[in-house]
Amino acid sequence: MPAESSRPPSASKPHLSGSPHRTRSDWPFFLISGGIGGGYILLLVALLTADVASTSWSDITAALTKPEILFAVRMTLISCTLAAVLSLWVAVPLGYLLERFSFRGRGLIDAVLDIPVVLPPLVLGLSLLILFHLPIAGTTLEATVQKTLGIQVTYAPVAVVLAQFVVSAAFAIHSMRLTFSRIDPRPEAIAMTLGCRRSQAFWKVAFPQAWRGAIAAFSIAWARALGEFGPILVFAGATRMKTEVLSTTVFLELSVGRLEAAVAVSLLMVTAAVVVLGIVRLAGGRVAG
Amino acid sequence: MIELRDLSVTSGSFQLTNLALVVPTGGYGVLMGSTGSGKTTILEAICGLRTIASGRVLLGGVDVTSWSVGSRGIGYVPQDAALFPTLSVWEHLALGLKLRRVGRVEIANRVAEVAEALGIAHLLKRTPHHLSGGEARRVAIGRAIAFHPQLLLLDEPLSALDEDHRGRLVELLQSLHRSERVTTLHVTHYRDEAAAVGEHFFQLTHNQIVVCERPQAGHITRHGMANASEGNEGNIEPDTTTAQPCTDREP
Repeated sequence: MPAESSRPPSASKPHLSGSPHRTRSDWPFFLISGGIGGGYILLLVALLTADVASTSWSDITAALTKPEILFAVRMTLISCTLAAVLSLWVAVPLGYLLERFSFRGRGLIDAVLDIPVVLPPLVLGLSLLILFHLPIAGTTLEATVQKTLGIQVTYAPVAVVLAQFVVSAAFAIHSMRLTFSRIDPRPEAIAMTLGCRRSQAFWKVAFPQAWRGAIAAFSIAWARALGEFGPILVFAGATRMKTEVLSTTVFLELSVGRLEAAVAVSLLMVTAAVVVLGIVRLAGGRVAG
Repeated sequence: MIELRDLSVTSGSFQLTNLALVVPTGGYGVLMGSTGSGKTTILEAICGLRTIASGRVLLGGVDVTSWSVGSRGIGYVPQDAALFPTLSVWEHLALGLKLRRVGRVEIANRVAEVAEALGIAHLLKRTPHHLSGGEARRVAIGRAIAFHPQLLLLDEPLSALDEDHRGRLVELLQSLHRSERVTTLHVTHYRDEAAAVGEHFFQLTHNQIVVCERPQAGHITRHGMANASEGNEGNIEPDTTTAQPCTDREP
């Protein structure tokens, strides 16, 4: 090493670098960040623990043997699955189109798709009710569906699925957009040079890569449908053995003072949500893989 | 034959205007130019993957400027290989043939033939995740030539490969060109690569394509350069009326 390099810097020049600089410990940062986040995690764990502590296995079995609750379980499984399938049916093409192509009005479509996410649930239910009973050209949508398909929508099981679908689809679309954003569009372009039409490139190249994301989107839609309450209450009602799902069961049991049954059903919903979250993590973690 | 007539392509603020290029039928053209000069943009415009602002693209004398991407019958090997992650190597080679409704036996025969020529017959069941960089390039080339395209476009097919793989791939491209005689446009910024494989040379400089002479280059491999400087020398007929020395100063 040259002798000059070991000389101290001259007094006239400010010393900018080279000397050791002792940094302060990182512990305060981790302590404060962990403390803030840990408080919220503790709150969530405490909520679930309180639910478990306030019920017993006999309460759960007693609740699950009631015919109306068993009906609600069946209705929930069917309606959530139908709503999730419909959501995915909409989310896959819409997520792909919105992610892959730039076009005029895309920002507006984005805003419209956020409506179910930001709108108060009761307002969404009320909007559905109004839509189906708004007189248009001397008739209503409800009457038209009844006349053509022979099914009642409002205050019927169909309304449950529709109310769940409207909200769930928005979440599924967000999930599918994220999935397609992680998939390289180049192979699709190359597939087109080989002779694929855009639809063939989608089915042969893009979608096979997106199936994990599709499972995640389906699961998210299912979980959202499970937790839906406001729109169902307004649009489908909470009629026992007809339009009752687990979320409305909790409300109905609470309204007649049967707290133990309400808690038992709540725990059932928590269990279902945990299972769905597990699926989402397994599938969603390897979306692009 | 491939011909570009007064082609202009715009990509954001980047513009290429009034480009002209002719590679005769069965010829092997090499387009050189520095990184970022727009070589890939030109290839994508020929494929139909980029919108052409003005001018025309002619393949075999037919104006295909307004044709869809898939109708042009171009085999394109992109720089990043862009293999299909969920398809096997066999499916990659067969896709172009399946889309043209070729019979099963014929597809099987052609896939075997191409795989054998490229030395990837042992990889046919693998997916891209289980291929090395050199293997992926060969699969991309096989995918592009399997369906007998009328034009082959190669975008930096040797980049990011080690010296040994580059040498082997050069030999492979030479041998494929001899056997398939498909009109080829090969893009590179390596002069030795261009000298080793090309018959017609072009330089993209200052947003213009100029015809140039065979570049003076070092060796890619002993065999590759031996072919370039001895075996093929007599076949090279650069356009002496407009040809000029290549000015590319890239390594």
